[in-house]
Amino acid sequence: MSAVLAILSGACLLLGSFLLLTGALGFLRFADFYARLHACGVTETLATALIILGLMLLSDSYLPPFKLLLILLFVLFSSPTASHALAKAAWNAGVRPRDNQGKRDLPLPAGER
Amino acid sequence: MELLVNSVLLMLLVATAGALVVVRGLLASTMLTSVYGLLSASFFVTMDAVDVAFTEAAVGAGVSPLLLLLTVAAIGRGEPRAAGALPILAIVLVTITGALLIIGTLDMPPFGSADAPAHTHVAPRYLQLSGEEIGIPNVVTSVLASYRAFDTLGEVLVIFTAGVAVLLILATPGQRGSARPRYTPGSHSEPHTILQVVSKILIPFILLFALYVQFHGEYGPGGGFQAGVIFASGIILYGLLYGLPTVCRVVRPAVVETLAAVGVLLYGTTGLLAMLDGRPFLDYSVFAANPVLGQHIGILLVELGVGITVASVITVIYYAFANQFEMAEG
Repeated sequence: MSAVLAILSGACLLLGSFLLLTGALGFLRFADFYARLHACGVTETLATALIILGLMLLSDSYLPPFKLLLILLFVLFSSPTASHALAKAAWNAGVRPRDNQGKRDLPLPAGER
Repeated sequence: MELLVNSVLLMLLVATAGALVVVRGLLASTMLTSVYGLLSASFFVTMDAVDVAFTEAAVGAGVSPLLLLLTVAAIGRGEPRAAGALPILAIVLVTITGALLIIGTLDMPPFGSADAPAHTHVAPRYLQLSGEEIGIPNVVTSVLASYRAFDTLGEVLVIFTAGVAVLLILATPGQRGSARPRYTPGSHSEPHTILQVVSKILIPFILLFALYVQFHGEYGPGGGFQAGVIFASGIILYGLLYGLPTVCRVVRPAVVETLAAVGVLLYGTTGLLAMLDGRPFLDYSVFAANPVLGQHIGILLVELGVGITVASVITVIYYAFANQFEMAEG
């Protein structure tokens, strides 16, 4: 039983770390602000959830998983909200989506400015 | 492994400090200050100083960058370029001061040395006897609130004085010395609906967590300072998203200003009660026949005083700064 749990936990931790790595890569490589934010924000939420899940599986008493669950809940609330706040602040400051090379602004749908 | 984590964190700290020196633009500097605070907090966690990390995360990464942000927003984010001439006097002064500081560290015992004064003076006694004399698991709390309670009273007074000083400087004339908002609702261009909803869910838990840190400080990391800053962060978060007038209706400026003094008075009175009984100042054995129980009651009282003062002073300072910002806005 514990071996199965250890393998499951290891898989979660590994997948979470991999996702974080892809997020960091996207943050460095993507063209414009919103694509970068997308790369970090989306991967970070899932990666944190996976890493916390992996840590929960490792524990042998009931209190640490409960605390980790609270942290997980907090991250699930705060991380997407932080991304939203960043994106909204950037939009209000006049940052617009750019094309793949990051050279010029993309045309916006009608009614947006 | 720990060495690796420590080295990476320290390198990031140095890089952030370097970037802070180089970067132009006050907004970027402020964000880097916040990053620096967060990195320091992580570093304190790896050093097993969780109590300090709490405070650093809340104040270093949260509240003080926020105060800087409010200031930057009020004065504009550009940094005027220095005049062409090299500031020779400043460079000489900074070099001399830096060299003196480095020479000063040469006299210090090496990092982690077992016979450093910090480890040989009173620390062994505190560590060995705290269990039977104070009877609480968190030795940090027993040193802070019992063995060194007089020093901590000084720290609380420093915080209180800081709050008074900010009020003296920033309070608007003709407002009875307190920071009351002069601000008409509705000047926010659009409400932060999503942020408001999420913060409404989170703030009760932030305040609850602050109370947990306050009253669990004898058993785990935490205590009055940490609880105070976390509690104040909850209030400040509310103020940021709902506007200064709203938060001032929830937590009245006059109330927090009074509470800031009440906390210090609670701490001092706890000490004076012992003197009324003919014992030394802050001798907790006056509270119960059993000295260990007396210590518990005394620590609870002074930590409560610390928590009340810290939370109130940080809220007061936020009100004063936010009021300046609102006045600069319109």
